[in-house]
Amino acid sequence: MSNSSDTSYSALIEKWHMLTGTRLFWAVVMIAGIAFCIAVDTFDFVDLYLQLILIYVGINIILTVSLNLINGYMGEFSVGHAGFMAVGAYIASILTVHVFPPNAQNLLFPLAILAGGMAAALVGFLVAIPSFKTRGDYLAIVTLAFGMIVKSILENIDAVGGPRGLLGMEKLTTLPWVFFWTALSVWVIRNLVYSNFGRGVLSIREDEIASDLMSVNTRQVKIIAFVVSSFFAGIAGGLFAHALQFINPRMFDILKSTDILIMVYLGGIASIGGSIIGAVIYTILLEILRPLGIWRMVLMPLMLVLLMIYRPRGIMGMKEIRMFVPLRDFVTEKLWRQKKKEAGDASA
Amino acid sequence: MAYIFQQSLNALQLGSIYALIALGYTMVYGILTMINFAHGDLFMAGAFFCFLIAVYLHLSFVPTLLLSMLGVAFLGVVIERFAYKPLRNAPRVSAIITALGVGLFLENFTLALSPYPKHIPQLLGNTTWTLGSLSISSLQILIIALSLVLMLILDFIVQRTKAGMAMRAISWDKTIVPLMGVSVDKIISLTFAIGTGLGGAAGVMYGLAYPIIDPYMGIMVGWKAFICAVVGGIGNIRGAMIGGFILGAVEIMVAAFLPSTYRDVVAFTLLLILLIVRPYGILGKPQPQKV
Repeated sequence: MSNSSDTSYSALIEKWHMLTGTRLFWAVVMIAGIAFCIAVDTFDFVDLYLQLILIYVGINIILTVSLNLINGYMGEFSVGHAGFMAVGAYIASILTVHVFPPNAQNLLFPLAILAGGMAAALVGFLVAIPSFKTRGDYLAIVTLAFGMIVKSILENIDAVGGPRGLLGMEKLTTLPWVFFWTALSVWVIRNLVYSNFGRGVLSIREDEIASDLMSVNTRQVKIIAFVVSSFFAGIAGGLFAHALQFINPRMFDILKSTDILIMVYLGGIASIGGSIIGAVIYTILLEILRPLGIWRMVLMPLMLVLLMIYRPRGIMGMKEIRMFVPLRDFVTEKLWRQKKKEAGDASA
Repeated sequence: MAYIFQQSLNALQLGSIYALIALGYTMVYGILTMINFAHGDLFMAGAFFCFLIAVYLHLSFVPTLLLSMLGVAFLGVVIERFAYKPLRNAPRVSAIITALGVGLFLENFTLALSPYPKHIPQLLGNTTWTLGSLSISSLQILIIALSLVLMLILDFIVQRTKAGMAMRAISWDKTIVPLMGVSVDKIISLTFAIGTGLGGAAGVMYGLAYPIIDPYMGIMVGWKAFICAVVGGIGNIRGAMIGGFILGAVEIMVAAFLPSTYRDVVAFTLLLILLIVRPYGILGKPQPQKV
């Protein structure tokens, strides 16, 4: 009796998985999501505070997923993600404040965000070059120094306000745009990870020399990973600047990078689903605990330490939500496990 | 000429503080191959211990210094026991993230208890001698001399004592050493105690030299000391000392000849160039990689 209910339950799960693996399902989710965001934006039936939190959740998902490409999938330790974000934020803000005509702001906004992303990608390309020779802790230092250089340079340029910061942006970051860019970043990075290129990224994490010998072009893979990751960090920066309508260099210091790192490792490395879960939980938890005042900032790191002790790989470390795994990969892994089990049974 | 000499003295002062903190990073790395990112905040804890002891216990300089070092060393050992030890066999990044978490915890906990910057009272009479246009304060001499003495003691411990030999052995091979009858846990605790104690001493000296302290003071200084450790070759104790003095000299010289806001840009750019030329630091040896 219990056996049959078990199988019907697992059959139900299997059906759900088959459904979520289809294109139609994703198309429906995307359309529903964007329709909801547009509805919220035009009819304003959701609290403004709640809207802002949703915007932050989206921005944090972009940041987390993009950093996970380098720290999780490629196994490097980049601590300068806020630097890329700063580049994107400043380029996009300069464009909307000083360059674009004020009456066409809404139309040209995506262009500004895109330009911010491009600029950040260019900088990401420069940071990728030292990663050919240096690895591990030394590459961590390179990215750390990069983040600090960006902040110091911004503080020294008077044209963008120096340490006082830049303001005058209109509130152009709306919920539909955030949804669009978040979905785009998740889509692009998920597809990259499960592509041929993605195998190269994973092989660099497991063993760089071995993957080099297996004719993986490690330099090219590293460059592409850094460029894509920094591109999306720049996009997130542009969105962040136009949501807050004010930026200064101190917002993009090492604490911001640490925040992103925490979201990545909270959710779990090498997992798209984990990144999304980590970003959502972290952002929302910080808001829920707001009444505690400064003590929430004491509680959060404590919870992080406990999480790391009892679950060192984070919530979803090295696992993936079934929805994000392509059917081909899923079947391959299942067959492999079955084979391994049979081999184990045979030897036993 | 006198100007350059004056700046070199300042560079020595800043460099010796950096070197003391960098030693803590490098010792822990050498023995656990783990970056203790909470170290900068233990340095901050040293300054706050100094403040508490000087204000509430009214002790003079030497007991204040010793008590602060002891307090920070105790804190370091406790952190190792409760936060890092369960993770010794976990993936490396989880230990790093835990360290970042511990650092944030220390910062925010201190901030929650003392929201305003504190002023450390003067513990020592500060006399200034002037030689022509050159002015030397007794505090400067004290900081430089004291850190040199601490570094010599450390070098002696690591090179000449049995515990030091065990430390070097553990950083050489972690699996064989326990078979030789060495208690690895004890040696790791000792390493943490010495490393963080030195950081605490640096905190006290920093507090004497720049008396306004706040909970976030450890972040920037900590990261810079970490850079010193890497420049010298992380895991190498003498390298950390050299790295500290190099970064101190660079920062002071940049501030002396350029607008001081460019200090960080130049210092970090130099670091990047150095890492491109010598990817394993000045005294570090490249690790051969096997497939």
